[in-house]
Amino acid sequence: MSTDTLRRTAAPGRPATRARRARRGPGRNLVDLLLILGAAATSLPFFWMIFAALKPRSEATAVPPHLLPQEPTWEFVRTLFVDLDFGRYLANTIIVVAIGFVGLFFMAMAGYGFAKFEFRGKSIMFAAVLATMMIPVQVTMIPTYLILNAVGLTGTLVGIALPTLVSAFGIFLFRQFMSTIPDELLEAARLDGAGHGRTFVSIVLPMSGPILAVQAVLTFIAGWNSFLWPLILAGEQSKYTLSVGLALLNQQVATNPSLQMAGAAVMVVPIVVVFIFFQRYIVQGFTMSGLK
Amino acid sequence: MSTTTARRAARASSRSAGAAPYLLVGPAVLALALFGILPILVAAGVSLTDLNIRGLGDPSSVEFVGLANYERLVADGDFWNALRVTGILAVVGVPTVVLVSLTTALLLHTSGGRLARILRSFYFLPAITAIVAVALVWGYLFNSQFGLLNHLLGTVGLDPVPWLSDPTWAKVSVGIVAVWRASGLNTIILLAGLQGIPHEYDEAAQLDGANRWTRTWRIQVPLLRFALFFVTVTTVISWLQFFDEPYVLTEGGPNKATTSISLYIFQQGFRYNQFGFASAGSLVLLVIIAVVTLVQLRGRRNDVD
Repeated sequence: MSTDTLRRTAAPGRPATRARRARRGPGRNLVDLLLILGAAATSLPFFWMIFAALKPRSEATAVPPHLLPQEPTWEFVRTLFVDLDFGRYLANTIIVVAIGFVGLFFMAMAGYGFAKFEFRGKSIMFAAVLATMMIPVQVTMIPTYLILNAVGLTGTLVGIALPTLVSAFGIFLFRQFMSTIPDELLEAARLDGAGHGRTFVSIVLPMSGPILAVQAVLTFIAGWNSFLWPLILAGEQSKYTLSVGLALLNQQVATNPSLQMAGAAVMVVPIVVVFIFFQRYIVQGFTMSGLK
Repeated sequence: MSTTTARRAARASSRSAGAAPYLLVGPAVLALALFGILPILVAAGVSLTDLNIRGLGDPSSVEFVGLANYERLVADGDFWNALRVTGILAVVGVPTVVLVSLTTALLLHTSGGRLARILRSFYFLPAITAIVAVALVWGYLFNSQFGLLNHLLGTVGLDPVPWLSDPTWAKVSVGIVAVWRASGLNTIILLAGLQGIPHEYDEAAQLDGANRWTRTWRIQVPLLRFALFFVTVTTVISWLQFFDEPYVLTEGGPNKATTSISLYIFQQGFRYNQFGFASAGSLVLLVIIAVVTLVQLRGRRNDVD
C-alpha cells in the first residue's frame, strides 16, 4: 500500500469540508466551545499522566496538586529502562505486534474471499465468524490455555499473539470495504491472465488503502495493548510485554505515582503518536466500509 | 464479440473458482475456529467435570459430574449478585455510551473544519489506551489523599467522594472509566456514518427552511440507523462482558459491589482453580449474551418490515 493511494483517496473529502465551513452559522461558536470543553475533560487524564511522569516524588503526592511539574525530571523514565527491564519488554511488545500483522494479512484475504466469491458453506462460515464476536474471552480463556499448552506454545511470544491474531470485526470491515470494489476490475485482471493470488496482491490490496490503514492501526493498538494473554501465557520474565511489566509496577511500588505514570506514559505515548499520524485515514476507512 | 466471450468465461471462472476462496478465507477461519469455536466445545465438556488444578497435572483424576456445576451455580448467592451488578451497569452504561458517542459525533460533524479534526484526536485517546495504563492513571486520579478529582471537588466547595471504597461509588467509578474508554471507537463509527450521508439531503432540507435541530433529528439521526444499531449491539455485548475496569481498579470490591459475571468467572477459574465450575458459569454468560443479541437482531428485522 503506497502513501500515494492514501493521498488520492483522501482528496475528495477536502472540497466538501471547505464548502461546509463557508456555511458556518452563529450556532457554531457554541458547538466549538462545547467540543473544546469536552476534549479537555476527556484528555485530562493523559496530560495528568504525562506531567506527573516528570514530577519529583514529593510533587506527585503534594496537596494541593499542580498540573505542571515545578522541577521536571527524567529520573523515572530512566529508572524504567536502566534499573527495570522495560527495554526487553518493549522489544517483546514489538515482536507481538509484528506477529499481529500476519493476522492482518489473513483478515484481508478472508475479507476478499467473503466479498467477491461464491462457495459452498460461505454463509455458514461468515455467520460463524460474526458469532465469535459474542463470545466472552472468559469462556475461551481456560480452553485456549489448555490448547496452547498441549502444543507447547505457552511461554512463547507466538503463543501470546495467536489467540487474538484474527478478529471477526476486522474480517467484517474488510468484507464491507472490498464488496465496493467493482467486479469489472477484477474480471479485467483475470482477462489479462492474472491468477487469484496476483489479482489480490496487485489489484485488491492497493485499492484497499484506507481500510488497510484503519486495520493496521487497530492491529497495532490491539497487539501493543494486549494484557490478558501475555499475563496468562508469558510465564518467565524474559517473555513479559510492556503491559505485564506495567502491571507488576502497580504491585511492586504502589507508593511511587511518578514511576507508575512514567511507565504508563511509555505505553501510551507511542500509540498516541501513531494514532495522530493515521487518524484521518481511520475515519475515512470507516466511512468507506459502508457502515452507515 | 471475443471480449464478451472472454468476460463471460472470466465471470464463470469466478463462480466456479475452485479452491481459491477456501485458500483465501481458510487461514482466518481456521484461526477463529481454533481460538473462538473449539474453546466453546472444550468449555462445554469441561463444565460437566470437576476439573481443577490437580486435574491439569493428572487427567485421570478428573471426574464426570453431570450438571452438578450448574446446580451449584444456581444455588450460589455470589453468582446472582454478579448477575445483578452486570445488569445494573449495563442498563445505565449502554444508553450513556450511545448518547455520549452520538452527541460527540454530531458536534464534531457540525463543527466540521480544522478545529474538529484536531479535537477529534482528543476524544479518541481513551479508546487507544492500554487498560493497565488506564488503571494506573485513574487510580491516581481517584486517590483519596492526593487525588486530583477530590481536590477539584474541594475547590468548588464539595465534599470528597470515596471513589473506590464505597460500594455505590465504586460502581459509579468503574462505570465512569468504562464510558470514558468505550465512547471513542463508537464516536469514530458514528462520525464515519455521518460523513457518509450525502450532502444533498442536508442542502435540500436547508432550502426547505428546516433549522439545524430539525435537520439533525429528522434527517441525520434516522439515516444513521444502521451505524447506531451496530454501535448499540456491540456496546450491549461489551457491557455484558464487563471485566477490565473492575479487574484492575477494584478487583470486584468493595464487598463484591463491582464483581461482574466475567470477573466472577475469572476468579472462580484462576483464583480458586475450579475450571469445571468456572466453565459452567462462562457458558451461562455466553447463553445470556447470545439471547440478548438475537432479541436485538430480531427487533431490527421487525423494524425494517
